[in-house]
Amino acid sequence: MDDEAGGSVAVAGDGDPSRRRRVHGMLKLYYGMNEEGKAEEQPESLDPCDINGPHFDPELFLNKLRRECSLAELMDQETCMVKQIRSLDSDMQTLVYENYNKFISATDTIRKMKNDFKKMEDEMDCLSANMAAITEFSASISGTLQDQHAQITKLSGVHTLLRKLQFLFELPARLNKCLELQAYAQAVRSHRRARCVLQQYSHLPSFKGIQDDCHAIMDKLAQELRQKFRDGGSSAKDLSECVELLLQLDEPAEELCDKFLSHARSRLESDLQGLEAEIRPYPSTLAVKDVTARSLSPAAAPGSPSGTSPKTSAVPSPSSNTDILEFIDRGCNEFVSSLCLVITSYQELFINHAQKGELASKNIPQMANGKLHTFVDDLAARYFSLVERRIQEEKGVADNSLLVRALDRFHRRLQAVAKLLPGSAVPNQGTGIVIRAATERVKQYLAALQSFYMDSLTDVRQALATPRLSVASASVAGGGSLLGGAASGRDAPNSLPELLSSLSASILNQIKSVLASVHLFTAKDITFSNKPYFKGDFCSQGVRESLVVSFIKFVCQSSRQFCESAGDKGGSTPPALLLLLSRLCLDYETSTISYILTLTDEQFLAQHHSPVTPVTSLCAEAREAAQKLLNHYVKVQGLIISQMLRKSVETRDWVNTIEPRNVRAVMKRVVEDTTSIDVQVGLLYEEGVRKAHSSDSSKRTFSVYSSSRQQARYAASYTPSAPMDTNLLSNIHKLFSERIDIFSSVEFNKVSVMTGIIKISLKTFLECVRLRTFGRYGLQQIQVDCHYLQMYLWRFVSDENLVHFLLDEIVGSSAHRCLDPSPMEQSVIEVICERG
Amino acid sequence: MEDDAPVIYGLEFQARALTAQTAETDAIRFLVGTQSLKFDNQIHIIDFDDENNIINKTVLLHQAGEIWHIGTSPADKAVLTTCFNKTSDSRVVSCAAVWRMPSDWETGSHESPDDSVHNPQSLELLCHLDDRTHSNTACVLWEPMGDGKRVMSLADNHALLWDLQESSTQATVSSTATLEGKGQLKFTSGKWSPHHNCSQLTTANDTAIRGWDLRTMTQIYCIENAHGQLVRDLDINPNRQYYLASCGDDCKVKFWDVRNVQEPVKTLEDHSHWVWSVRYNHSHDQLVLTASSDSRLILSNMVSISSEPFGHLVDDEELSEGEDNHQEDNKEPLKDSVVSTYEEHEDSVYAAEWSSADPWLFASLSYDGRLVINRVPRALKYRILL
Repeated sequence: MDDEAGGSVAVAGDGDPSRRRRVHGMLKLYYGMNEEGKAEEQPESLDPCDINGPHFDPELFLNKLRRECSLAELMDQETCMVKQIRSLDSDMQTLVYENYNKFISATDTIRKMKNDFKKMEDEMDCLSANMAAITEFSASISGTLQDQHAQITKLSGVHTLLRKLQFLFELPARLNKCLELQAYAQAVRSHRRARCVLQQYSHLPSFKGIQDDCHAIMDKLAQELRQKFRDGGSSAKDLSECVELLLQLDEPAEELCDKFLSHARSRLESDLQGLEAEIRPYPSTLAVKDVTARSLSPAAAPGSPSGTSPKTSAVPSPSSNTDILEFIDRGCNEFVSSLCLVITSYQELFINHAQKGELASKNIPQMANGKLHTFVDDLAARYFSLVERRIQEEKGVADNSLLVRALDRFHRRLQAVAKLLPGSAVPNQGTGIVIRAATERVKQYLAALQSFYMDSLTDVRQALATPRLSVASASVAGGGSLLGGAASGRDAPNSLPELLSSLSASILNQIKSVLASVHLFTAKDITFSNKPYFKGDFCSQGVRESLVVSFIKFVCQSSRQFCESAGDKGGSTPPALLLLLSRLCLDYETSTISYILTLTDEQFLAQHHSPVTPVTSLCAEAREAAQKLLNHYVKVQGLIISQMLRKSVETRDWVNTIEPRNVRAVMKRVVEDTTSIDVQVGLLYEEGVRKAHSSDSSKRTFSVYSSSRQQARYAASYTPSAPMDTNLLSNIHKLFSERIDIFSSVEFNKVSVMTGIIKISLKTFLECVRLRTFGRYGLQQIQVDCHYLQMYLWRFVSDENLVHFLLDEIVGSSAHRCLDPSPMEQSVIEVICERG
Repeated sequence: MEDDAPVIYGLEFQARALTAQTAETDAIRFLVGTQSLKFDNQIHIIDFDDENNIINKTVLLHQAGEIWHIGTSPADKAVLTTCFNKTSDSRVVSCAAVWRMPSDWETGSHESPDDSVHNPQSLELLCHLDDRTHSNTACVLWEPMGDGKRVMSLADNHALLWDLQESSTQATVSSTATLEGKGQLKFTSGKWSPHHNCSQLTTANDTAIRGWDLRTMTQIYCIENAHGQLVRDLDINPNRQYYLASCGDDCKVKFWDVRNVQEPVKTLEDHSHWVWSVRYNHSHDQLVLTASSDSRLILSNMVSISSEPFGHLVDDEELSEGEDNHQEDNKEPLKDSVVSTYEEHEDSVYAAEWSSADPWLFASLSYDGRLVINRVPRALKYRILL
């Protein structure tokens, strides 16, 4: 019925939803349930003229209507109102009908429920009766079972106690058995379980007995454990188990630490001794081995890059037993790894373990840690000293990669220690060793470079000394020599430029290979290369300054030494070598130094913290050396020619000489030598600038000098009436000519060098002439000689007037020093010179 | 303070020989010997009037030959020695002789200077220092501070010690020393040391410097390879007995301590050609004069190896308050340095000498006959004195 009623309402509502809502709204209003409509109805509800509002006042409404509306409107209003009333009436009827139906169905339902409840009540009464019966029964049962339950509880308690007691009584036997079976761990576990109880009831004699027994057994066990611990034959795992057990047995931890460490020490020390044994034999048998190494070395040498000098091969890896990599390997595998093992197990036992357990309270970790540090430091120090000794023996520079790899391994393995033992100084010390080794190595490389340089110079010297026969014989000689170095390995270069280029190329190669070797230290895959030292100082101070810059400085310095050592009597250094070195230094100044340094800086991208030697100062030094060498070359060559001229002047009796028929041989020799010097210098130095020559310099200048002015000078000096004229003339002449510095600095070109040499020679000639007295023919001979020199020397110098002036002076001075000055006819001189 | 300009005197002839008149301590006087093969050679006595910057000259004839070396007696102003070349029959012989100046040269020159040029007086020959067996005398040395009775001549490889007797008219060889060795050895120059009671002689031959004991005439030390080339001259430090200076064809001037002949104490390389003469100042041995064939004369101040390395020592009592500042200046260490380079010469300078009368004055002689008289710069002079 309910459903039907709802359905009809729904059907009715469906037809006009708005109407239905209004009806609902009004119903709601009627029943006072205006929850949702409140807000909207509030304003209208206040209006008393709203016919639908709750405050509707019919009087007011009617008055309002009457006041406001016309009759027609009122009529309309009235009809409308009547219509509304009518529809409301019909609505009400419908609603009343509907609700009536619902009420009837509700009444039916209530009646039906009433019946059902009646039935249920009966059943519930039955249930409660049953429950009461059950309760009664249960109470009676529990009442009967009460006694037995108490008994059972008691019995089970006794049983547990008995089992415990049994355990206690059996404990000694069990422990003994464990002892026999060496199941120490089990024994200790058992004992730990019983210990407290035994302790508690120790006042009872029977328990006391058991406790004593247990103690005795446990003491024995501890003894045995200690024995085992002391024996040390067991593995690390066994050992750690031992220690663990002993710790559980309340052994003093400190003692255990000491024992453990001393035990470990003995094993590590045997490793160290093994290592030491590899080093020790060397010094005693040094001499013998060196000899054998020397004899064996040449075969091994070529392995090194770019054919290092024999020196390097003569000093091979010193201990023939093992190379350094092997040594370090052994050290790492034996010593370092067992050290790590010791550290790990020790930490496991005494530190980590103790931290968890009750031992932590006793400050054991700190104590244990302290002990461990001293232990590790002590052993590591010994290990380091061994390693350092071994590294120091590593003097040969042949293969750096071996050393670097060894150091790398050494360093890498120490990182493990560092990880295990965070606060330890060991890794730092290890890095220190690596750094020292690297610096040492750099020093060795410098020494090797220097000796290579000196050897190369020796080679060059030999190449210069051997007369230039033929290429064939020279190459045979080169192959025969054991030098195998820069020069003689290839086709023996027998001309200066070739020598120079091969020398500088081989030096450069050597530097490059050394740089490459040293570069290994900073390679990315090397663990220590990212240490701040290797990133900064090693690159800037180590490699750049103490290797490259030092070497360049050494080159300059050794070059300068050639000038100084040769100061006495000159002969020690061949002039060609001086020339060569001077050119080398000059090349260094112009390009090589900056090249090498750029190369270095590129390879070693160092963050330059510290100031480094600038390229310019090195270049200046090289230039200075080059200048000095060239000056010295000029001096030496000048002196050689001077010596010839001087001897020729001093040893001759110029007063009693025959009429000149030839140019003296010595003058030809001078010209020859000058020409060969010219060729030599021309090989290495550029031509240079000279003042313009006239088309026929030799003839023209000479004719001037010997005809016009010279004649005037002679004339002046012969005339007794005017002795002052000589001075006047020569002084006037000198006033207008520049002062000539004889031993002065020369420029880096051929002409300047030649000018220097010729100046020195002619000035010597002049001074020697002034110390002699000449006869008539003596003077004429000098005239001839000077003309000859004039003919050939002008072409070498920058300013031919210089030669001219000096020769002029020579002839003038010899005329002064002549007893019977009657000069030779110019034409005759020319004929003689041409013929000679 | 301007330094006085150098005074230049020109000779007509070329000249190499120069000396101060050793016995003269009042007047500034130098003797120059000329070299001429054609004319009579002369000795120019040059008096320098310091007050007026004027030179007075007197010319004496030296007809024996061209003069290579000249030396004056330390005792008698009028006595001098020369080494000269004689040419006869197309032979050149070098000899040495002791001469006396004519007694009236001094007065004569003052009365008519022009006259003396045109009619010069001749030197009076006292004696020849000739021995039949030895010729080619390189130089003659008077005994320093002696009585003018002993001279030493260096001829070839012999050193001859002569005793002058009967007012220097007779000379006899009292002892000789001979340089022995391979080849033709020849003394080039020498110096008689004023130290050790004048019993030591230092000689140069080729590149070596040797010391001789005159009492035994034996060699006492030898500096082999003292110079890379020929040693041209040497001088003995007047105040430090073991120190000497040498110069040579390697353009260097070296200072030696003869107790250590391996290394020179000091080396100067300021000249650009052979150094022909080196002279210590007689009173202030830090002043060293060197003459070279690069036409230059260099005065060096070698304080560090002088007898007064810390400057003039002033007694404390002499110090007054006002001089305190000055004392501060003096405490700066003095450095060895070239004081001055003199470029008045146009030709090689073969000789330079300090005046015996005025320690701040010196003369230099170049081959073209130019004599230049210079003074030590005043600034330096006062620094040394004060």
